[in-house]
Amino acid sequence: MGWGFLTYTTGNFMAANSNRPTSPHLQIYQLPLTGMISISHRITGVMLSVGLLFVVYILSAVSGGTSSYGQMQAMLGNWLVTLMYWGFVYALFFHLCHGVRHLFWDAGHSFDKETLDYYAKIELGAALALTFIALIFI
Amino acid sequence: MDFRTPLAKALGIGSAKAGTAHWWMQRVTAVALIPLTLPFIILLKLCINAPYRETVAWLAEPLNTVCITAWILAVFYHSALGLQVVIEDYVAKEGAKIIAVWAVNLSFLFLALAALLAVLRIILVG
Repeated sequence: MGWGFLTYTTGNFMAANSNRPTSPHLQIYQLPLTGMISISHRITGVMLSVGLLFVVYILSAVSGGTSSYGQMQAMLGNWLVTLMYWGFVYALFFHLCHGVRHLFWDAGHSFDKETLDYYAKIELGAALALTFIALIFI
Repeated sequence: MDFRTPLAKALGIGSAKAGTAHWWMQRVTAVALIPLTLPFIILLKLCINAPYRETVAWLAEPLNTVCITAWILAVFYHSALGLQVVIEDYVAKEGAKIIAVWAVNLSFLFLALAALLAVLRIILVG
């Protein structure tokens, strides 16, 4: 090999760099269902962690006595807060269901490609069912 | 047996020595949280809908107190472990990463204590 490749590389560096094909970015790469579920698990995990701040607030309000309890309930009576509460419960059960799926994986089970989408749909459905049970029957 | 090269040892390259325990405790707390989600949901619904006396009476039941205390310990631990992984994945700068991980861990320790003391106050004073 001669030294010509050095001048070739430096001479065409900028042009070559901008024209080279790139691997799919997150913005244009359409995630499969399993990928969507995977990132949702992480996003719900972070959201639920933020939700814990509200749990600490609620427990503090209860410990503060009847007046702070009443204020807390008045605040939670807002429809927007109720909507967030439903979302919180669904996120919780989704995170729980996919967490169980992770435990199965950790045990070395159910890695087959054919069942991945099937289990993903079961998780989403189970989370929805658990949310309704929690909100209506408990 | 340590298979690292002398140079790697001198540079401190290798595992951080705590990864397995972190991964394991994430699973242990996850399993604990599966049944403990039920008493948490019950308490949450009581706090939102029930009169003050009913909520306090429910929490003062010994089994419920133990379940909610266990839930608090498990959930804040589980949460801090998870957030640490997220930070380690997305924060590339070493200094910022260490500060963020410390901040999350100390904040969640503080929040867990606040929650535990609130429960204690509810059952003793409420």
